[in-house]
Amino acid sequence: MKLRYIKYFLVITVFAYACKKSEHIQEKVETFLGFQKPKNFPETAYNFANNPVTKEGFELGRMLFYEPRLSRDNTITCGSCHIQSSAFTQHGHDVSHGIEDRLGTRNSPPIMNLAWNKAFMWGGGIYDLDLFPISPITTHEEMDESLENVLNKLRSLDKYKSKFKAAFGSEEISTGKFLKALSQFMLMCVSSNSKYDKVMRKEGNASFTTTELEGYELFKQKCSSCHAEPLFTDNGFRNNGLVPSSINDLGLYTATLLATDKYKFKVPSLRNLKYTGPFMHDGRFLTLDAVFTHYAHEVQATENLDPLLNKNGIRGISINSDEKTKLMAFLNTLNDEEFINNKLLAEQ
Amino acid sequence: MKKILTIITITSILFTACKKDNATPDFDEQNLASLSVEFDNIVGGRTLTFDNTAVPYTNATGEKFTISSIQYFISNIQLTTTDGKQFTVPQDSSYFLIKGADRASRFAKVKVPEGDYSKLTFVLGVDSLRSTMPVDKRTGVLDPALGGHDGGGMYWGWNSGYIFFKFEGNSEVITNDQFGDPTGKKQFKYHIGGFGGYSAPTINNIRTITVDLTNAGIAKVRKDRQSNIHLFVDLMKVFNGTTTFSIKTYPTVMFGEFSTVISKNFKDLFTHDHTEN
Ligand code: HEC
Ligand code: HEC
Ligand SMILES: [Cu+2]
Repeated sequence: MKLRYIKYFLVITVFAYACKKSEHIQEKVETFLGFQKPKNFPETAYNFANNPVTKEGFELGRMLFYEPRLSRDNTITCGSCHIQSSAFTQHGHDVSHGIEDRLGTRNSPPIMNLAWNKAFMWGGGIYDLDLFPISPITTHEEMDESLENVLNKLRSLDKYKSKFKAAFGSEEISTGKFLKALSQFMLMCVSSNSKYDKVMRKEGNASFTTTELEGYELFKQKCSSCHAEPLFTDNGFRNNGLVPSSINDLGLYTATLLATDKYKFKVPSLRNLKYTGPFMHDGRFLTLDAVFTHYAHEVQATENLDPLLNKNGIRGISINSDEKTKLMAFLNTLNDEEFINNKLLAEQ
Repeated sequence: MKKILTIITITSILFTACKKDNATPDFDEQNLASLSVEFDNIVGGRTLTFDNTAVPYTNATGEKFTISSIQYFISNIQLTTTDGKQFTVPQDSSYFLIKGADRASRFAKVKVPEGDYSKLTFVLGVDSLRSTMPVDKRTGVLDPALGGHDGGGMYWGWNSGYIFFKFEGNSEVITNDQFGDPTGKKQFKYHIGGFGGYSAPTINNIRTITVDLTNAGIAKVRKDRQSNIHLFVDLMKVFNGTTTFSIKTYPTVMFGEFSTVISKNFKDLFTHDHTEN
């Protein structure tokens, strides 16, 4: 576990993790290595040339991610809905719970492996990570603030002046620098140390049990055409046959207005399912059991149902209870404890 | 080695230092801060959706059903600190009507002394004292004029009392005769109330629920933040809590003996999922 940290950050940190809100001492011995692509992952989609990750930029981004001044009444941070111990989701919440207890309409997805993402949000609409934070900051049910106000609040604080200077060379706090810093933090939220990854990278003597291996084979037959390895998403938008939600969320259609995009949602990664429930864009399923029941028995013939879930006139995916057990065992190997415990990603 | 020792020493000094400034405030009934209790309705492994006929829910007896309405009263909230001190929220600010259709109503917001709480107690229903109070004490959610019996109201005019728990929906298993739903709508209706009677004792369906917060996270109530105790309320358990029953056999339960069987299942509905501090 220590080895991993060294691999990504080469930072030896002495942590006095005594309490969230007081100061910590950190003794950094070696230099920060920036963003490192895990060996078993493909090339990234993010344009790093335009925003190289530096230690100072990352630390500023982290500070901003946990900064309540990003919300109108200074109560909500990005981390309120994207909680590290829940793999940066809002555990136990079907839809997000924001400022003044206002509820959103969609489930908070994990901040994880975003460098490989080409489109953001369940229904698309945002195609550049750098532009993403504007959406939660200005959304009524989320942080309900204006970007200008946020920047003004930050400008009035000395600690940010020096942090921006360290990260970007001048004390000026601009929209671009603010957004780039947040991206730097989010890009570093890489989950790549699950048992699955260790088996794939042939690390140590990591190997699947028989049940896990059988589950892996079943997964390749039944799931991986959409939940493609190693990120467990093909980065596409598809309709997996859910009954339209009570607000009739049309998914990708909302952004494109193409009839062929109705009810298509972003294919989510299946990493860290142990921590990310409830599931689907509106968090309708509280357990993986309910997810399997959906694929096996409840797939609906809604508009644009994915052809993969409607083969030879049979809707859904056949999964018997033995297969379910094996698939569950495999999915369990995708949980990455090091990710959710990585102190570098925590509020300091 | 020496360096490591120094670091350990510094760390432990910091630990102690930090503990102090994060310490539990003294319990002071005048020093109130806000706390919310979230009643998040779920149905087995799924969230609550109304009238989801395409994919209905299935109960323990194997009956498929959908839900059209759920409302209940929560009252008399009491909290106990980790060191055993109790605080009862003053009655006048301790009545809440949780309505499934109005998501904002799911937070019961109260004020309690700053402190660390590990036990939550509340009543599902309206206590007998309040149920017999003069009408000017029945304000807010207790106003008998709200809704009317058919319009989502929770007051029984004919029997001078409140419906504590009102749960309605549909199931194909319900027959069209007088043992089921003669209107042919295949509706089930569970209107559970009964505070023990005005003068002569009758059915008492007031249920006190206690939830231990130790495992899923104690509530740290402080002035500078908002603590929220997030409970799941599993409506499936109405059918299979302590006693399992069938919708087909009991499609309508109101003020009758069987209502006590249902109200005894109530305690099984509530689980503590987590606390936001
Ligand atoms: C009130 C809760 C809430 C807050 C606060 C919040 N988010 Fe989110 N976040 C969500 C929800 C809900 C979604 C999904 C939105 C959608 O798909 O419509 C989301 C989606 C995202 C995504 C897209 C992930 C993906 O895989 O597509 C990113 C990135 C993100 N949030 C970053 C942030 C940042 C940065 C902040 C702070 C500036 C923030 N969020 C604050 C709830 C929140
Ligand atoms: C046709 C493509 C497709 C196939 C095949 C498929 N899925 Fe999905 N899956 C999706 C889409 C799209 C979503 C998101 C749907 C939504 O939220 O509206 C999803 C969501 C999920 C989720 C919820 C994840 C979360 O974080 O909310 C799980 C779990 C899941 N799928 C598991 C599986 C398993 C296991 C299999 C194989 C048995 C499988 N899927 C097969 C497309 C697919
Ligand atoms: Cu919660």
